[in-house]
Amino acid sequence: MAIADKPQYNVIGTRPIRHDGVDKVTGRAMYGADFRMAGLLHGVIVRSPYAHARIKRIDTAKAAALPGVRAVVTSDDLPQHGARQVDLGEGAVSMRHLAANVLTDDKVLYRGHAVAAVAADNVHIAEEAARLVKVEYEPLPPVLDVRAAMQPDAPILNDDVRTVFAGAPEVNADQPTNIAKHLLFEKGNPQEGFAGADLVFEREFDTTMVHQGYIEPHNATALWNADGKVTVWMSTQGSFTAREQTAELLRLPVSSVKVVPMEIGGGFGGKISVYLPPVAALLSRKSGRPVKVIMSRADVFEATGPTPGSHIRLKLGVTKDGKLNAAEAWVAFEAGAYPGSPVGMACMCVFACYDIPHARVEGFDVCVNKPRTNAYRAPGSTQVAFAIETVVDEICTELGVDPVELRLRNASRKGTQRVDGPTFARIGMEETVEAIKASSHYMSLAPQSRSPDKQCGRGVASGFWFNAGLKSSVTATVNADGTVSLIEGSTDIGGTRTSIAMQLAETLGITAEDVHPTVADTEGIGYTDVTGGSRVTFSTGIAAVRAAEDICSILADRAAALWDVPADQTKYENGGVTGPDGKRISFKELAGKLHLVGGPVTGSGISGEESQSGAFGTHCVDVEVDTETGKVQILRYTIAQDAGTAIHPSYVEGQMQGGVVQGIGWALNEEYWYDEQGMRNATFLDYRMPTCYDVPMIETIIVEVPASNHPYGVRGVGEVPICPPPAAIANAIYQATGVRMRQLPMSPPRLLAELLKS
Amino acid sequence: MSNKHVISLELNGDAVEFLCEPRQTLLEVLRDILHLTGTKEGCSNGNCGACTVLFNGRPVVSCLVLAMECEDAKIRTIEGVACDGALDEIQNAFLEGAALQCGICTPGFIVQAQALLDENPNPSEDEIRFYLAGNLCRCTGYDKIVRAVQAAAEQRRAATTAG
Ligand code: FES
Ligand code: FES
Repeated sequence: MAIADKPQYNVIGTRPIRHDGVDKVTGRAMYGADFRMAGLLHGVIVRSPYAHARIKRIDTAKAAALPGVRAVVTSDDLPQHGARQVDLGEGAVSMRHLAANVLTDDKVLYRGHAVAAVAADNVHIAEEAARLVKVEYEPLPPVLDVRAAMQPDAPILNDDVRTVFAGAPEVNADQPTNIAKHLLFEKGNPQEGFAGADLVFEREFDTTMVHQGYIEPHNATALWNADGKVTVWMSTQGSFTAREQTAELLRLPVSSVKVVPMEIGGGFGGKISVYLPPVAALLSRKSGRPVKVIMSRADVFEATGPTPGSHIRLKLGVTKDGKLNAAEAWVAFEAGAYPGSPVGMACMCVFACYDIPHARVEGFDVCVNKPRTNAYRAPGSTQVAFAIETVVDEICTELGVDPVELRLRNASRKGTQRVDGPTFARIGMEETVEAIKASSHYMSLAPQSRSPDKQCGRGVASGFWFNAGLKSSVTATVNADGTVSLIEGSTDIGGTRTSIAMQLAETLGITAEDVHPTVADTEGIGYTDVTGGSRVTFSTGIAAVRAAEDICSILADRAAALWDVPADQTKYENGGVTGPDGKRISFKELAGKLHLVGGPVTGSGISGEESQSGAFGTHCVDVEVDTETGKVQILRYTIAQDAGTAIHPSYVEGQMQGGVVQGIGWALNEEYWYDEQGMRNATFLDYRMPTCYDVPMIETIIVEVPASNHPYGVRGVGEVPICPPPAAIANAIYQATGVRMRQLPMSPPRLLAELLKS
Repeated sequence: MSNKHVISLELNGDAVEFLCEPRQTLLEVLRDILHLTGTKEGCSNGNCGACTVLFNGRPVVSCLVLAMECEDAKIRTIEGVACDGALDEIQNAFLEGAALQCGICTPGFIVQAQALLDENPNPSEDEIRFYLAGNLCRCTGYDKIVRAVQAAAEQRRAATTAG
């Protein structure tokens, strides 16, 4: 449903077949693990069996002596970084931490922490050799709970961590600590706000660590050539950030590292940090051969970057007529082994759906003995959406107000100020709520319980994500047959080759099929930030539109030359150039004549928007709870989301559906089962992600409130769909059973325990 | 070095022979010895279905099959689904229905769906979901995959009636 009068487009809004589709349905597409070259060795990483231990000694002699072993490396082979801080696009990070996460030096901070690596003629020999690396550990007490880790007497993970205070008053700033960051945002006067409220609700929430769960494990093949140049073929969300990280870790100039992005089998934020490339590169330098390393599934769970578990306290004050007046949140996130959880973003997101005059939020980034966390689809937002959206639902119940009405009454709109300061431009929060209100799902009768032990209910929740802008580059060349070759730097995880090509095609007035997109390596295109932050269709799209405009103006000049008229009398419009006296030449025709008038035509475009305007979504779900077992079945699910302008509606729907199902997994089953020994469920069987038998069709309503800062009004769509599901499902469970769930996942044993209490 | 064995089998309609070690799985042989990398590895312990191939017509996870068990077997992989350069109905339906995002699960789903439609040309949504439940997809939420299989089934039935 389009809100504003939508311009007529020829390509945008259609559903062409993706350009890389045939390769991907025939098995021909080359993913990272599919890459091979002559002389290839296979690497295996030696990993810690302890959650926390000091390394006393590493003996690699036996491993190195095994026939077929070509290289063994430890952190001694990595350059030293001292206290060096480097900004790799997401604020300054300690290079010592990054390096130690790739190959640790004196301590292991989580089970699965990389300690050494071997390369051998085949993976079986490498695995045998890895078992022969003897590491002597002195086990230390681990700390696994975020609140326990904040206590003054907690075991300290990193001696060099001191709390960074952002907005919060400084205390014990010079003490070693696990609290890496303490943030505080405030707007209005929360104390007065609560005093002016008729009802105040204060609740506590816990969520556990969860994983992105991409099906393709991390992989990298590196060749350290005799000329000192390192080439890495890998699966990554951002070839340029992978290059920067690899170069910084190896202390090489960026130009000495080339990253060739292979097809990528899912990322969701988890394939931005590098784990394998520097290690594969070191093994390659030692052996003089290319080395491929592929993680096992257990390694992926135990030693990549899941998203933090959290403890959240949330307080909302509301007037009798259902106006949210004051809000307060206290949010502690597990950073994992090293600082860097998305708690800051969580704090900015927590109240973003609502126009609340008085608010305060405090956030803590806390190291615990679990893998170093990383981005996962709308990082930080889902945890806090679970908290606020269930409290909002409680308010609705208490006041007897329809959840959709209360959201409309309080929705953020243009001009609403977020707790961290910025003010919203035109956004579509209200419109997504209206869309749910008008949906056949919401208008249908709530599901009826089939029997006493099968209780049904309906829940609603909303969510917010910023969407990132950042930098992209595109170049495009006109072919003599009237098509365009488009080169971009954004790795394509979900069909973005096509959404970018469509924007170029729309601008040039040609078809999507007449554009041939290619994702280039770091030497084939200008700098491009990661495929993440829901930014590619927006930001690389802008770059493609600019490249197309560049071509349009060159073609107008060429047509002028062809017709021998002054250049200011020609104009590119509607897929061709018009000139004086009704002159007109189509793009295709002109493309065939370019060799006569000036030669090849190449356009280029870059983008570097600071930010996008935010994305909002509102979801509605019907569930059935088996009160004997605590199992929740999703009966029906509808998502309404503001996409600004949907370039390729099928892939917009796909993002919405995929995000929802990840959210359902997070809500109902997924969790890291952690104890002193480490993760106990590091397989897909035990880390229970939704299968297609667990979910129904996901109904989608694309709302289109065009964004003002994109030529076609695009808003990123990839991330926000994961935010509302846990809360929507919790609210539906409440409707079904009268039980309020305040911990994730709401798995059968946990829900059953609550049901038995009630 | 362990002893290597000669295995002969039929792969995508062709007679194939290879040398393998007893510890090598069919998945490893397909990918690393025969260089058929369309069959994907997501977990190597039978839990994701990315490595699904047809073994004498039945879908199996090739990471749990030892290559030595394949003597004389008829194996069909994703590379053998398209015939003479023309895509199969399922492949077309996946393309037209945008049933893939990253595509890493796609070969496994297409092979599994082949087996389903061979067994049951007119499956209900529930039957499709049950049959595909051993294949994980983390990107799509399954909606478009299920619809693609429905569309392909319809296409095939139409083709059979017409033919
Ligand atoms: S790789 Fe075989 S089932 Fe996952
Ligand atoms: S399309 Fe990515 S896992 Fe299915």
